[in-house]
Amino acid sequence: MNKNCDGQYNAWLHWFAVLTAVGTFVLLGAGGLVTSHDAGMSVPDWPNSYGYGMYAFPASKWVGGIFYEHTHRLWASAVGLMTTILALWLFGKNARSFMRWMGATLAVAGIVIAFLISGQSSNGAVAAATGIVMCAAGFVWPRCNPAAKWLRWLGLGAFLLVVVQGVLGGLRVVLFNADLGAVHGVVGQLFFLLTCALALFTSRSWQAGVNRAADYIAGGRPFRALPFAVLAATALIVIQLILGATMRGQHAGLAIPDFPLAYGKLWPDTSAAAILHYNAQRIEVMHVNPITAFQVILQMVHRLVALTIFVLVAACAMWAHRLEDTGAGSLKTQLRFHRRISLFWVALIVCQIALGAATIWTHKAADVATAHLLGGALCLATGALWSIVLFARPWILPEPYPATASALGALATK
Amino acid sequence: MKFAVLSILMAAVAFAVRAADITGVVTLQGTPPPEVQYAPIMDDPTCSKLYTNAPFTEFYVVGKNGRLANVVVFLQNADGTDITGKSTGATAAPAVLDQKGCLYHPQFLAMQTGQKLIVKNSDPCVHNVHIISKNGNPEYNDAQMAHGPDLTYAFPKPEMFMKVQCDIHPWMFAWISLFDNPWFDLTANDGAFTIKNVPPGKYTIVASHYKLGKQSQTIEVGGSNVTVNFAFTVK
Repeated sequence: MNKNCDGQYNAWLHWFAVLTAVGTFVLLGAGGLVTSHDAGMSVPDWPNSYGYGMYAFPASKWVGGIFYEHTHRLWASAVGLMTTILALWLFGKNARSFMRWMGATLAVAGIVIAFLISGQSSNGAVAAATGIVMCAAGFVWPRCNPAAKWLRWLGLGAFLLVVVQGVLGGLRVVLFNADLGAVHGVVGQLFFLLTCALALFTSRSWQAGVNRAADYIAGGRPFRALPFAVLAATALIVIQLILGATMRGQHAGLAIPDFPLAYGKLWPDTSAAAILHYNAQRIEVMHVNPITAFQVILQMVHRLVALTIFVLVAACAMWAHRLEDTGAGSLKTQLRFHRRISLFWVALIVCQIALGAATIWTHKAADVATAHLLGGALCLATGALWSIVLFARPWILPEPYPATASALGALATK
Repeated sequence: MKFAVLSILMAAVAFAVRAADITGVVTLQGTPPPEVQYAPIMDDPTCSKLYTNAPFTEFYVVGKNGRLANVVVFLQNADGTDITGKSTGATAAPAVLDQKGCLYHPQFLAMQTGQKLIVKNSDPCVHNVHIISKNGNPEYNDAQMAHGPDLTYAFPKPEMFMKVQCDIHPWMFAWISLFDNPWFDLTANDGAFTIKNVPPGKYTIVASHYKLGKQSQTIEVGGSNVTVNFAFTVK
């Protein structure tokens, strides 16, 4: 295995980070299906499932909503494991002694739990087995140098966030708190973003430093506006995801059943009489909570924010295509990168708007609504990663950035 | 001692004589939106075996001459505030909610605070009984195995249309209305209701339908029975 975890490209580490991001993306989809099927509370206990340990729950009992909720939990634990391995990998050889001690501690704790806590024998056994494997892995762990300090902290942050996310999901069940469900949805998106960033930071392109935004200082006014426009659009997508998670967390189905109009108008009537009329006319099978004026307005805001995001992302693409083509070799590569990612982002936003419309036209079919959620995650990840590339600063970039930057700085002052 | 017992008995008899019943009919004018089939029920391997065709929702149960079922009719004080502290739920017969054919029966219930609610599972599959309050009653989420033992609940606070749902089968819903007094009824299939033994006085009588909202009238109960009718309109 490559012993250079620090500074140079490590293909194994990078592809494992990509795998973790893909796993997280699938997990987002699994979580989306749980919400789309209103199955979040179909397993009333946590961390157990119907009294069974999570890994001992018989597959024959995974029926109806239980299937979606339990597979979500299992997949989440797999992503948690992948994130743990990724974080440890970034610590390189320094993780070896930690893994041995932590593994031994976990094994002992697991055995204690298995024998002393009633109903937790299977969870305790899993913890003990994990501890033993971790301890053993500590003896054969790669002896590579640790990654850069900030990257190690980012890996640790990902580990902590996945733990918090798991606990949030569990608390949503045991505390009967639907608001925590919406928070769980948003944190899930942010965690996906973090795994994507880790995949970027461990990539060959990043390590080679080819995507340095500062290289385009020579690009003039259009470029100076671009990073801030991309960041603004990304921030707006985060707001949009929070709006979406809030809408899904209402469990009220479609607050507005038509698109592009809303109850046949550009802006729907939200008076008390109108809301009563809407509720009297809607016959729902799955999402029977009556709708409120707040929910109708929320969906209208969601639509308007979607339009704003589209305009902003289209403007980003326009600015990216106005970047000056300097003709130099590496700069030409960067120019291509910025132009391509801008078009990719526009295409994603268009697809996402189409999926939003399809969610309404299919009366919030579970698979379409989940695809819409995943589309939102991709839009966010694209904007956030592009922002990172555009705003990357010398301290975050690997060598030999300073030399290149100073040369380009001189170019910019000409 | 004898005098005290006699006085209480006389007062009780006098109350019984003066207490009156409120009866009436709730009707629906206009054509309600068509009910839809519980299509997802046919995708479930166990529940689908209980049906040849998927059953329909029953939000609007309308009988002859527009008589409307599942309307909760209840009394409030004359000023429109809730009547509190009069529950006899602790001694009332338990209300029963059954899970049968992967649906709740009945879908609408009205009961008193402190009254027992017995939830049965007559189905050959597991359900989770998830009770969601919006008015401070405790939330429950209990698994109930196929033909499993009954679950028993009681709720301390009045609430309209408290939701009961099964998250395993997300089309299963029931709504319970809770009152802190015994003066309420749920209209039957003929749209009729009877509120018994109402003490004399001025009241607001309210009719509330899950989809259609509520209507109210002011009434005065004396020594004789009172008739009150309601007519909802759907556009």
